[in-house]
Amino acid sequence: MSRRIVVVTAGLTVPSSTRLLADQVAEATSAQVTARGEAVDIEFVELREVAGELATFMVTGGIPTPRLTELREQVAGADGLIAVTPVFNGSYSGLFKMFFDALDKDSLTGTPVLIAAAAGSARHSLVLDHAMRPLFAYLRAVVVPTGIFAATEDFGSHGLSDRITRAAAELAALVIGQGGYAVGGFTPDLAARPRRTSGTHVETDVTPFGDLLRGHAGSD
Amino acid sequence: MQFGIFSVGDVTTDPTTGRTASEAERIDLMTKVALKAEEVGLDVFATGEHHNPPFVVSSPTTHLGYIAAKTERLLLSTSTTLITTNDPVKIAEDYAFLQHLSGGRVDLMMGRGNTGPVYPWFGKDIRDGIKLAVENYHLLRKLWREPVVNWQGQFRTPLQGYTSTPAPLDGTPPFVWHGSIRSTEIAEQAAYYGDGFFHNHIFWNKEHTEQMVGLYRRRFEFYGHGAADQAFVGLGGQVFMASTEAEAKRVYRPYFDNAPVYGHGPSLEDYTEMTPLTVGTPEQVIERTLGFADYVGDYQRQLFLADHAGLPESLVLEQVEMLGTEVVPVLRMEFERRRPAHVPSDPPTHASLVAAGPDAPHHLVEPARARVEELQAEQAAAGATA
Repeated sequence: MSRRIVVVTAGLTVPSSTRLLADQVAEATSAQVTARGEAVDIEFVELREVAGELATFMVTGGIPTPRLTELREQVAGADGLIAVTPVFNGSYSGLFKMFFDALDKDSLTGTPVLIAAAAGSARHSLVLDHAMRPLFAYLRAVVVPTGIFAATEDFGSHGLSDRITRAAAELAALVIGQGGYAVGGFTPDLAARPRRTSGTHVETDVTPFGDLLRGHAGSD
Repeated sequence: MQFGIFSVGDVTTDPTTGRTASEAERIDLMTKVALKAEEVGLDVFATGEHHNPPFVVSSPTTHLGYIAAKTERLLLSTSTTLITTNDPVKIAEDYAFLQHLSGGRVDLMMGRGNTGPVYPWFGKDIRDGIKLAVENYHLLRKLWREPVVNWQGQFRTPLQGYTSTPAPLDGTPPFVWHGSIRSTEIAEQAAYYGDGFFHNHIFWNKEHTEQMVGLYRRRFEFYGHGAADQAFVGLGGQVFMASTEAEAKRVYRPYFDNAPVYGHGPSLEDYTEMTPLTVGTPEQVIERTLGFADYVGDYQRQLFLADHAGLPESLVLEQVEMLGTEVVPVLRMEFERRRPAHVPSDPPTHASLVAAGPDAPHHLVEPARARVEELQAEQAAAGATA
């Protein structure tokens, strides 16, 4: 079974240092997964291509364009996520946040995520732990311990590729390890499994009305 | 099939002149729209209900009572009545009273309201929205169907020996619709009671509307009210017409671009593609509207949004006139042409509900109760033999 890892990258120029970083992280992750004998498909989502559609989604109370619907399903169905943003004013970019604001809150529940950020100066490095980690904690994703921060000067040092390899190995291990909900001899609590949804379809499993009415039908 | 106008009652500045109508003018325009609707042969006028600016529609039964006195045929409805923040006891009284005033020309549509602060202003919490809609509506059904109600629920002060007055006209409660854009619980509620389901339709893509209506239809059949294609479905629509598409777009574009809900966002063209909005000739409106039945099935009520976004009186009344004289006559004919014989054309009306007699399911608080118990017995029997 081939694993699917989606790379969401919020660089604004073509080419961008954000995308350059995303490419390196994706390649390292691919190598780490295949080194464990598993296949992986890496899919890139360039947010600048849907910037206008995200704005439409925001100001219309959530009317999805066909392309956004596709992306939301792609992310909610991924086995792992690599999220890469440029640093603007000490945080992730507005475009990056708009995309995650357009996802269903259960899109990434329990999903392994690798966070990475590109900036002009090493002084922005706290963006990983003060902006990105809280965002994915809210979404109940599982963020790997090693975050990758690349200032311009890091593109000329070995330290960056070492950190990329370490984070990629952490993500690969989580992506391959997930789904093992039962331990030999024990019955898993299926109701406790992380439930994910893209929010792009009307749920067909409706709560029977008798359950909705319970406690609300009045007593004499 | 019923056709009509639904109004949200917003006071919005006309972006082409910078002029803002007074509240008095806005209320008067809504009245004129309703009277024009009857004059040109439309069937329904539905008013929204809001309790915050920029809206004027805080008192629907006052307004509908006034319109009732000035009309003969027009069916008066709501879009929507806030079942969450209104006291169900007051809804029972007000709308029964309106039935008496109007000779039974009343139905109403339940909605929750999505403006957070309105809930605490009326002593409620928006996080209880679904529960409020479930409990309050159940109580409303009892108030209209049981001569003396004893009640204790979660949200309202208890009732002991309470009789709602006046009783519904001819002992027959009005037909009720439930409106929701995305809450499956509300589609389920409409299906459970055998009520109508209305989808606003105009702020969302058609695939979504199709799924919501499909869910309601399946559950309507599940609860034993009839086949899925016999369930009572209403849709919203949004149009602006002129003799050519180019002229319609030229006139409407500034209103679209500055509209409260979607203004300053997508282009008129993109929004037309994403939603049922149609800006063009009456022929284009006819073709688009007929297409709605291709994805929701043959349905019973179509309401159009006409007065909003600061459109001036002359344009609004012209749109209602075109709907009544050029669009709806063709729609009536074409919708009936494609409708199978077993699918009702009209939703229940006061006359049809009275004709069905006092033993009809409409008079039960829970018409699906017997069906649910039957299913539970079948399940228990299957479990016993397994």
